[in-house]
Amino acid sequence: MSILINRNTRVICQGFTGKQGTFHSEAALAYGTKLVGGVTPGRGGQQHLGLPVFDTVNDAVRETGATASMIYVPAAGAADSILEAADAGLELVVCITEGVPVSDMVRVKAVLTTAATRLVGPNCPGVITPGECKIGIMPGFIHKKGSVGIVSRSGTLTYEAVFQTTNIGLGQSTCVGIGGDPVRGMNFVDVLELFERDPGTEGVILVGEIGGSDEEAAARYIRRFVSKPVVAYVAGVTAPAGKRMGHAGAIVAGGQGTAADKYAAFEAAGVRTVKSPAELGSAMNELLRRRGGRARKVTEPTGTRAPRTAKSTKGRGIQRSRAEPAKSAAKRSSRSRPSAGGRSAHQVRRRTRGKRR
Amino acid sequence: MNLHEYQAKDVFRSYGIPVPSGKVVATPEEAVEAARALGGNVWVVKAQVHAGGRGKAGGVKLAHEIDTVRNAAERMLGKRLVTQQTGPEGLPVSHVYIESGSDISRELYVSLTLNRERGRIAFIASSAGGMDIEEVAHRTPQKILTATVHPAAGLSAYQARDLAFGLGLSGAQIAQFQSLAAALYQLYLEKDLSLVEINPLIVTRAGMLVALDAKVNVDDNALFRHPELAQLRDASQEDPMERRAAEHDLNYVSLDGNIACMVNGAGLAMATMDLIKLHGGQPANFLDVGGGATSERVTAAFELILSNSRVRAVLVNIFGGIVRCDLIADGVINAVQKVGVKVPVVVRLEGTNADKAREMLASSGLKITPAADLTDAARKVVALAAKGKA
Repeated sequence: MSILINRNTRVICQGFTGKQGTFHSEAALAYGTKLVGGVTPGRGGQQHLGLPVFDTVNDAVRETGATASMIYVPAAGAADSILEAADAGLELVVCITEGVPVSDMVRVKAVLTTAATRLVGPNCPGVITPGECKIGIMPGFIHKKGSVGIVSRSGTLTYEAVFQTTNIGLGQSTCVGIGGDPVRGMNFVDVLELFERDPGTEGVILVGEIGGSDEEAAARYIRRFVSKPVVAYVAGVTAPAGKRMGHAGAIVAGGQGTAADKYAAFEAAGVRTVKSPAELGSAMNELLRRRGGRARKVTEPTGTRAPRTAKSTKGRGIQRSRAEPAKSAAKRSSRSRPSAGGRSAHQVRRRTRGKRR
Repeated sequence: MNLHEYQAKDVFRSYGIPVPSGKVVATPEEAVEAARALGGNVWVVKAQVHAGGRGKAGGVKLAHEIDTVRNAAERMLGKRLVTQQTGPEGLPVSHVYIESGSDISRELYVSLTLNRERGRIAFIASSAGGMDIEEVAHRTPQKILTATVHPAAGLSAYQARDLAFGLGLSGAQIAQFQSLAAALYQLYLEKDLSLVEINPLIVTRAGMLVALDAKVNVDDNALFRHPELAQLRDASQEDPMERRAAEHDLNYVSLDGNIACMVNGAGLAMATMDLIKLHGGQPANFLDVGGGATSERVTAAFELILSNSRVRAVLVNIFGGIVRCDLIADGVINAVQKVGVKVPVVVRLEGTNADKAREMLASSGLKITPAADLTDAARKVVALAAKGKA
């Protein structure tokens, strides 16, 4: 199972015949994405990559039955393309384009509140359901069908989480790069809601970064509504205030949006946090195993799988050997790190948490 | 992109937002001339730098005599002004703004900026003007008034009225504030700003509203459609390394440490800095070579990070998606050969064509330390930097 997209999702590409659109459409086709056509105004009726080109999104939807779109239109026209896709009634629009003016997104966001369309991005790597459908610029080969949902504001950090969960054997249900801009479509909370409902997702890795308060909102949401284990990482602990760190949205402004605040919010919500992105996969694996070994069902050894002992975390061996009741490990206190000692007290806390739930 | 105060006030004038008369000058003689031309008997000499906190740092001088204007201009021009927002090096002052003095009865605060949570523009006002607004928000949040603007409706008259009454304005000032608020909103939208701030917005003894200061930040993403603003860029106010990086389309931020990083992707670049710190080192910079990194760009990036004399070791951390690792390896090899790197270089490559890249580095004959994964890379580079320092 997955969220947002699967093997049956019919996808069109806006900015189809451009350099970026062509490059990534070819990659999507090679991955197996059901790409059914594309849009480039003025080139309707032509063929590109063996697929029909349409003048408008409306034409494309009518002729192909597409329900999703990926946008590789330059920044100046990206907002217009999103609005066109929403107007044509597409269920999902993934905008990869970087550098979209913020005021354009403010308008788009206002329009989308009254539309059924879900927007992912802009300035994002896209969405992938491994082995089924790839809408975006991520390298497909690092993914593996599996049980972990990944949601992230950063492209390459998503790849890190993917790579680790693939090597450990967990794999991914769906990965959603929500993008690095201050005003965007889907947010952590929107994606978490879908992962919580998806029976194929057993745990969620959330990768945040400095700027804004979406991680704090996610933490509040997780505390109230998410029963699945969540591992969170926040980039930018060392980022200086007032400096934009690459992404338009990654800036600590007026003392707001620091990594420390975001970590504190996650920890207060009982989310397992990691201070190193290298530990995303191992932390997730640990949480899933604590849930009663459900992770194992999807972690049959494969050729690419690294031995578990390779990524060692102090004390894990002992904990793993002690089976716990499945319910008790639904949520762990942030303080109950494996290396922290004092296990029995933490176990008690976990049990009470489990019962409250 | 930031504008200088004098540039922002020019923009204000074109939108009918009241500002005191003033002139920007580059020499003490011009300052005297400007003061004479403005007339009156009180002037303010203001250093033009892209930073707040000028008043406390001696960058704003009140003058009752022409000689005082000259002296103040002499003391500021050609020097670097250090404020609490500039860092210890300060910023160069190449221009001062000579402004007619105003008689102040009250100081207010207004600004427009993005409310990220709502995805809408917020109009913020406070009766506690002339102070650090973050401080006000922190200590006396009840003094901060906010109106969030729906993009379809725009800033409504009632919202401006609400704010005006909240600020304790009355009579003709209500209408004045309404037209000022409308003009600010129009300016914010039309010029694609990310911030417009007036601190203080004064009420004169005669009861008129006047913008005594003006801060304007433009959304960099939208500069392509505002050439008139793009040409107002003052590169002298930017970090020289960051300026050089921008010329090569690189995202670079200077930091204080001694371990240089070169990474693809903003998130991974931040995470790499954090990892270095986590393992006991100090990052020298943030550098995202971007998704479309070519061998040339990698070489340029390498030259850039090595031009920082504090650097004792380099960490290259690439997760190849669109970026092919072999291209990065090629760039690293070129750079090391061209620049003649004297500090240890640790390279961690993963993703597209990583195996080929690792082979290229291994067979290059260059002294490059390969790293197996993120943690290994951080440990190695921190250890090497510590050795280099001793």
